[in-house]
Amino acid sequence: MPKPLRYVNAVAQALNDAMAADPAVMLMGEDVAAAGGPFKATRGLLDAHGPERVRDTPISEASLVGAAVGAALTGMKPVVEIMFMDFVTLAMDAVVNQAAKARFMFGGQCSVPMVLRTPHGGGLNAGPQHSQCLEAWFAHIPGLRVVCPATVADAYSLLRAAIEAPDPVVVVENKALYALQGDIDVNAPREVGKARIDRAGRDATIVTYGATLYAARAAADRLATEGIEAEIVDLRWIQPWDEEAVFASVAKTHRVVIAHEAVQAFGVGAEIAARIAADAFDDLDAPVLRVGAPFMPIAFAKTLEAAYLPDADRIVAAVKSTLA
Amino acid sequence: MPSSAAQADPIPANPIPTDRRLALHRTMQTIRATETTLSRLFADGEIPGFIHLSVGQEAVAAGVVGALGPRDSFATTHRGHGHVLARGVRLDLFFKEIMGRAGGICGGRGGSMHVADLSLGVLGANGIVGAGLPLATGSALAHQTRRTGGVAVAFFGDGAMAEGALHECLNMAALWKLPMVFVCENNGWSEFSPTSTQFAATLDKLGAAFGVPHRRVDGNDVAAVAETAAEVVEAARSGGPRILECLTTRWHGHFEGDPQRYRNADEVAGLSQNDPLRRSAEALLAAGIEESALAALVDSVDAEIRDALEAARADALPDVDAAFRDVYTPTTLTAGA
Repeated sequence: MPKPLRYVNAVAQALNDAMAADPAVMLMGEDVAAAGGPFKATRGLLDAHGPERVRDTPISEASLVGAAVGAALTGMKPVVEIMFMDFVTLAMDAVVNQAAKARFMFGGQCSVPMVLRTPHGGGLNAGPQHSQCLEAWFAHIPGLRVVCPATVADAYSLLRAAIEAPDPVVVVENKALYALQGDIDVNAPREVGKARIDRAGRDATIVTYGATLYAARAAADRLATEGIEAEIVDLRWIQPWDEEAVFASVAKTHRVVIAHEAVQAFGVGAEIAARIAADAFDDLDAPVLRVGAPFMPIAFAKTLEAAYLPDADRIVAAVKSTLA
Repeated sequence: MPSSAAQADPIPANPIPTDRRLALHRTMQTIRATETTLSRLFADGEIPGFIHLSVGQEAVAAGVVGALGPRDSFATTHRGHGHVLARGVRLDLFFKEIMGRAGGICGGRGGSMHVADLSLGVLGANGIVGAGLPLATGSALAHQTRRTGGVAVAFFGDGAMAEGALHECLNMAALWKLPMVFVCENNGWSEFSPTSTQFAATLDKLGAAFGVPHRRVDGNDVAAVAETAAEVVEAARSGGPRILECLTTRWHGHFEGDPQRYRNADEVAGLSQNDPLRRSAEALLAAGIEESALAALVDSVDAEIRDALEAARADALPDVDAAFRDVYTPTTLTAGA
């Protein structure tokens, strides 16, 4: 049996294996080289692959992401780390106007094979500028792909898939998951856009992604003690999201709760709920409900952060409400 | 006009050969005739959107791009027609793109502000001021890492001097000794405002802050630009980043149709006094080229443009289904070990 890895080590292993497999893959970011990354997701890679391919950048988010686009257009496959997802605000031109559009606006002459890795989420009391979940911003931009691995196995195989994908991919990790332990399978299929049925059930579907998967599991355990069998769909990919898997589950359970850590309003859940309402209405026995963060910035204090994050209680209540 | 503090460095001493001067002149003539044709087409409503012409700035495009080799790459600006024409993008594909036709170099998706030809190392014109700077920085990083021997050029206007991207990229390029040239086309105007009201420093001092050597050249003297650019590009190829500041003149408005009411009437009337094409023609005549040869060159360029325009007008409009196929790269998107 292989020794269980931590999520953060699965990320490092994926980066290492991708670099070993393809000399075009390089890493760029603040403190990713000598320091091994703020969360140690790149530890050991400088020694393994050298300073040209594992490159510490200045604290210049806008230009380092723009440089990754330029490098991708000139034959490299850069993987950029943005230390906290909140800091992508500084790099939005590079991601949204340059990376996402180059293929389309240049008439298909090129693609931009780059990855932007960044952690989102609360749980560390990191405060309003170090905890936000902004993945819906990127899912809204044609030309970008967005993936959010929830498990250690997916931290490895989805990052490998993102690096192999020809288009720009935003890989969103949750920093509260970095210490999670589990196994990886280096030979697992590396797919884009495929969800995973985390738990089978017949009474209601919980669609989720990222760290909220664990709140959904806790909710499903509690519901099971009351005889309610919830099915959990771990989306994994947010752009494209696996409509087939979600609709199949809705056709089976006829009740849906979508749960994510990001602010509920205008979030990923809104898109999925609207699509189910439009295309799977006949399968529904109850309105689609969402569980997300309230419409406020995430706060620092432990009590405030705990109240902010969607938890099992709220998911249980929502599922019961669809069954009422 | 560029700020009064800006004086060009002395003109390089070595005259360039006449046949080389003639080639530069032809490039400038192609850019001028294309831009004046586009100005007319725009006024006639044949070009959708808006366009930013580089009339008056032809010497920078011809001189700098002419100094690049086939491995080199560049990112350009919203005022980038001259650069891609100097690089040799096919004229018919260029006209089709600006006119929004299916056969355009970008399939009619990009238009004037996004002309690109990746096969020629043209990383694209850009609709965002200063956004080409990080792209060129990354391209230079790729040249260095892949050991292509190539140099990446970032064209930017003086309006972009106020953008953080310039400061960030000068720092990164200097830290990493990237094979890169920052080429500023300094026409004195940041869109509708004099750059002297927008930027407190000067580019030479900004370069000095990062230890990046700076050269300033009369950007309306194509020979001076060409010779200085050749030196600067070769220096950057092995010695790290360089700045080339070209003092030039924007004849037209920020965008075509801009009445330039913010510009003094005397200045507008005198814009063509420092015409890079006239100066180039005078130098060629002095070097013994016949006036009839220059007239024949003009006719030959005009004929090429007529043919390209005719082809563009005859081309189909783009198809939406084809456009959808290029939002993402067509792929099965599954890989295993």
